[in-house]
Amino acid sequence: MEMLSGAEMVVRSLQDEGIEHIFGYPGGSVLDIYDAIFQSDKIEHFLVRHEQAAVHMADAYSRSTGKVGCVLVTAGPGATNCITGIATAYMDSIPLVVLSGQVPTFWIGDDAFQETDMIGVSRPVVKHSFSCRTAEDIPKAIKKAFYIASTGRPGPVVIDLPKDVQNPLNKFPYEYPESVNLRSYNPTLSGHKGQIKRAVAALVSAKKPVLYVGGGAIIANASKQVLQLAEKLNLPVTNTLMGLGAFPGEHEQFIGMLGMHGTYEANKSMHNADLIFACGARFDDRVTNNVDKFCPDAKIMHIDIDPTSISKNIHADLPIVGSVEVVLQQMLDLIDETNAMNDSKDIDAWWSQINEWRAKDCLAYQTSETHIKPQQVIECLYKVTKGDAIVTSDVGQHQMVAAQYYPFKEPRQWINSGGAGTMGFGLPAAMGCKIAHPDRPVVCVTGDGSIQMNIQELSTCMQYNIPVVILLLNNRSLGMVKQWQKMFYGGRQSHSYMDSVPDFVKLSEAYNHIGIKVDTIDELEPALIRAFELKERVVFVDVAIDPEEHVYPMQVKFGSMEDMYLSKTEQTDA
Amino acid sequence: MRRIISVLIENESGSLARVVGLFAQRGYNIESLTVSPTNDNTLSRMTITTDVVDNATLEQMMKQLHKLVDVLRVSELTQTPHVERELLLLKVRTVGSEAREEVKRTSDIYRGQIVDITQNLYTIQLTGAGAKLDAFVATMDESAEIVEMVRSGVCGIARGDKSLRA
Repeated sequence: MEMLSGAEMVVRSLQDEGIEHIFGYPGGSVLDIYDAIFQSDKIEHFLVRHEQAAVHMADAYSRSTGKVGCVLVTAGPGATNCITGIATAYMDSIPLVVLSGQVPTFWIGDDAFQETDMIGVSRPVVKHSFSCRTAEDIPKAIKKAFYIASTGRPGPVVIDLPKDVQNPLNKFPYEYPESVNLRSYNPTLSGHKGQIKRAVAALVSAKKPVLYVGGGAIIANASKQVLQLAEKLNLPVTNTLMGLGAFPGEHEQFIGMLGMHGTYEANKSMHNADLIFACGARFDDRVTNNVDKFCPDAKIMHIDIDPTSISKNIHADLPIVGSVEVVLQQMLDLIDETNAMNDSKDIDAWWSQINEWRAKDCLAYQTSETHIKPQQVIECLYKVTKGDAIVTSDVGQHQMVAAQYYPFKEPRQWINSGGAGTMGFGLPAAMGCKIAHPDRPVVCVTGDGSIQMNIQELSTCMQYNIPVVILLLNNRSLGMVKQWQKMFYGGRQSHSYMDSVPDFVKLSEAYNHIGIKVDTIDELEPALIRAFELKERVVFVDVAIDPEEHVYPMQVKFGSMEDMYLSKTEQTDA
Repeated sequence: MRRIISVLIENESGSLARVVGLFAQRGYNIESLTVSPTNDNTLSRMTITTDVVDNATLEQMMKQLHKLVDVLRVSELTQTPHVERELLLLKVRTVGSEAREEVKRTSDIYRGQIVDITQNLYTIQLTGAGAKLDAFVATMDESAEIVEMVRSGVCGIARGDKSLRA
């Protein structure tokens, strides 16, 4: 049997797992692993400028491909800098394996230099974690980590690697396990047959159904089944922020995103539905608004691979534990077998009601002579990229506007931090996507607050030539904070105004990138065309937008799903 | 309402921390927790007593426990026939032979055993359900000075055929 050191086992196990790209930052506790990476020609490593960005890159690499993202960092601050990234992945169920160095086993507990209890610090935001106390533990731990990260409800897994365990002088027999068998972990994939029957019966007898599709449908690669089911039964479909792209954004049956900044028609349809069929969505508070007023007449059907998501916030009348893809396929098969069909008269009546709501055109906005509106920027982005770009975003107004005005055609095209709402996610996420998809246009839609939370990664882009487009919706303020302060805090703009945003064009140029400033609407389209034509360069497009623009629709706090502000002056009837 | 949850979990470092962390993180209350390896020493058995406001919270708590990767089985004992026991060690100070007699008598009534003795101190061991232990401690408090008290927390097992196995 081949004899390898612990450090070599880490790299070989990753190779045997099929890992091609890894994101990280070296340091004392992982120097032996870095030395083994140096000698490997199979794994490409990307050196970031801050460990948080490494995790976001691996995370978006995973979101855009479905593969597991992989991170390598050193002990102590190297590991703790990953926590925000790990929490971001955890909230959105993204499979990651984070390898973190640790002080030698004989120093653990002695407050040694750069010692942090990473297993303890990360515990609330990981799916599972392993600490390798011997070199022989390493291949097994890595195999299990990738398996656990990527199956069931995916999530991040941390592996702690003490320095002495990596010691290049001590060689041990190496064998990478073929398979994993965990008696305590067996995710359910297919739905209970009785529940499938009841679900089909409920679905075809519903007069006012809504298909409510979340990120779980993307993770499960269930878009085909969602489309088939929706088209077969002519169901209206709404996507969550995490589900955008699971159902085509320009499809006639798509009624838009739902929730806090969802469309009028999506929120009205939910509230007035008699059946809500949740597929891989988790009734998040940003969707439901006040749970006591949530969809009073609706029967709730819920597919989720994670039983804890079912009946956590909203009681499910018909729960189905399983993968969205498998369960929907079971339902489609049963529909075909039994020729089950809903009453087209009922559904037509429901559609004419929905179309009345649609006619309100809730995403219409007023343009201005003097200012560029953020909505115009996203619409222009859509036009220039023909809807084909992978779009990452940061967190805030620009994120909501991108979600509302860029109809995503396919899954894994819209990459954002939905659950955690992590500012600083967008740029490293775009880089991770570009590494995974070098031939596709990748754009990071960002704000002047968010971009500065990981702007150091412009340097990583320079080092590895990762040509992403950064589209900054610059309103010189923390727009969403400011919007809330204007609406609910008497207009007191406590610390939401940034009077010191840098000259982003010069900043980009300092990193040898191209910066373009856009101040008028006429400059916008040519700037974006140029940005996407410069395929080999990072282009930073800084667009000065109207600082007073708000995001609408917006649900009224403590209200039902259908209680919304529609503009600064218009509100639905309470 | 008081509930007793039994958990069968891999006997590995960090397992207990995951369970305790889960309760802290989700705002669940732990009244008592006992844990030790089973006859199969790769497995640990935990008994957790908790106070939940409603069945939905209990259901969510049990699902969350089961979601932990190293948890094999979770079951709730309170709603089915079960046996629950707790161990109490109580150290009391007494002065004078009459008081000492009273301590001995009370221990006998409760079927406790005196497991250690000095000139002025008695250490009494008592097992039973929590309410019995509470009553014993209250009675003892009237006739002697309680110096120290330690309780193991509840251990529970279902009656009859029902069992929690890997």
